[in-house]
Amino acid sequence: MSASLFIEQMLNGIQFGVMLFLISAGLTLVFGIMNLINLAHGALFMLGAFLATAFIKWTNNYLLAAVLAMVITAFVGYVLELLVLRRFYSRSHLDQVLVTFGLILVFNDIVRLIWGVVPVQFRLPQAFAGSINLFGDVQYPTFRLLILAVGLLVALGLYYVVVHTRIGMWIRAGASNRPMASALGVDVGLIFSLVFAAGAALAGLAGLMTGSISSVQVGMGDPVLILALVVTVIGGIGSIRGAFVAALMIGIVDTFGRVLLPPALGSMVIFMLMAVILAWRPKGLFPVHA
Amino acid sequence: MPETQPNAGNATGTLLRGAWPAIVCIALLALVPTLSAMFDNPFLIRLFTRVLIFAIVAVALNFVLGFGGLVSMMHAGLFGVGAYVVAILAVHDFDGAPLWIFPGTSNLAITIPLAIVVTALVALLSGAVSLRTSGAYFIMITLAFNQMLYYFFVALQKYGGEDGQQILASLSFAGFDITKRVTFYYVSLAVLVAVMLLFWRLVNSRFGIILRATAQNERRVVALGVSPLRYKLAAFVISGAITGLAGGLWAAGQQFVSPADLSWIRAADFVVMAVLGGMTRVWGAVLGAVVIVLLEALLPNYTQYWQMPFGLIVILIVVYLQGGLAGLFVRDRPTGAH
Repeated sequence: MSASLFIEQMLNGIQFGVMLFLISAGLTLVFGIMNLINLAHGALFMLGAFLATAFIKWTNNYLLAAVLAMVITAFVGYVLELLVLRRFYSRSHLDQVLVTFGLILVFNDIVRLIWGVVPVQFRLPQAFAGSINLFGDVQYPTFRLLILAVGLLVALGLYYVVVHTRIGMWIRAGASNRPMASALGVDVGLIFSLVFAAGAALAGLAGLMTGSISSVQVGMGDPVLILALVVTVIGGIGSIRGAFVAALMIGIVDTFGRVLLPPALGSMVIFMLMAVILAWRPKGLFPVHA
Repeated sequence: MPETQPNAGNATGTLLRGAWPAIVCIALLALVPTLSAMFDNPFLIRLFTRVLIFAIVAVALNFVLGFGGLVSMMHAGLFGVGAYVVAILAVHDFDGAPLWIFPGTSNLAITIPLAIVVTALVALLSGAVSLRTSGAYFIMITLAFNQMLYYFFVALQKYGGEDGQQILASLSFAGFDITKRVTFYYVSLAVLVAVMLLFWRLVNSRFGIILRATAQNERRVVALGVSPLRYKLAAFVISGAITGLAGGLWAAGQQFVSPADLSWIRAADFVVMAVLGGMTRVWGAVLGAVVIVLLEALLPNYTQYWQMPFGLIVILIVVYLQGGLAGLFVRDRPTGAH
């Protein structure tokens, strides 16, 4: 593998990893705090992408469309939590899986009703259409680089908020011991609504950015959701640091696996990685609940 | 629920008292070919062959799900492994090219047992990893393994990749042609009955008692000096092996396999079947399979957007039908399983 190919694949891997982190962040916190498995998280990823295409058509402004799509996705997430998911915190994981599975089917059909089954293409801003020279002979698409930068910034910002601010402390307290945090005066219910809406917005952001470089179609959230579950499990449920490390690891390993290994093996390599890590540490790399 | 000693061995009387819904179920299913001929509707028999094979999976899944408390989201993957074993060997038989050093074969008397063995091995490996964890971790990991198997078969370009693989060789069972619609239907029904008896025996055996006790209170079982992991793993492997058997039947009946058979949506469907049927009865899963397969076949006739009502039905089942369909017919006694 030449140095330029290596750099290009490394950038692809990091970009994919950052996307996975944006999706997993909400998933892992929701699970950590409320003990809720939310399979419908992938539907929010899809929704963000579809909303963005619609808003671009309407406003002709990518940035504005992206912000609008994130806000609406956050609102949908908020309503979903308020109306449906809230009732299932105390139910078994089996019930949660089934209900959120049902929600996926409903979401997929709503999107199919509104936007149809034909994949939608993004109209990218002209300024970011081409590719640029990085170092020497390495060419990289400008828009992918932009996505990488935005994803990395948001990821670092999120990391800062969760690890170094007061509200982040409340979130972590809620994730590590909910009754205790509640007894110490943290309004866990409110914190959780915020986390859920923010997680939805991040999933929407990841969806619209991923959709920009591939295509936007019904069901696009499902395979991503399963990868996000893998990230969550490897990182340790409820750990934002674990999600970050695991997401980058999965992104890079998956990208190189597909380039270097035969296809049947390359597509399985991240799941094998998961199996090895869990055989070694069944609670993930950074377990939150001691 | 007290963990008293159930009447495990001498249960002939209990069998007849507790098993009437199962017997009614089987009797009704046995009538399908007659009805199909009466109304000259060959679609009916195809539809119910699907019901039977999915019912085998649902019963096998419910052994670990309902009685073992293990929510496996990888039974579609195991089902697919069994199906591909039968299909791949048949393809090599048709082409005449050996698979590595083994000759291909279309003899189901060889390929179905092989499907069972291979699927059991896959279940053993994945179970050994996923059973180190529990609860939500177990659900997510089995879901990931299901996706891994799915991608594996998508990547197998040699056997059709994403488009799937047609079986062109004519399959037989040690010389007997069992692939004719009606014959195949009765064979599948016989297998379903055998599988239900197998799991009924297992659930009521000492092994099943430990499995059920573990699902209810693992700590207490450990305190009694029993290591639950071996029992859970054994249950998972048995359940997987029977699921592989169903997969092999599926390939033989359809003469076609594709990665869509392994999709995680299908894995979730199997779980819905077991839960809808009622997890505390071996025969509950059969009811679940009947209802879900019929819904999936009939809803698209009314609307192109049939997944929405299907999803809503799944949600309503979880919210309102806690005991499953079986709970509508019989009440649960503390000693449980029939």
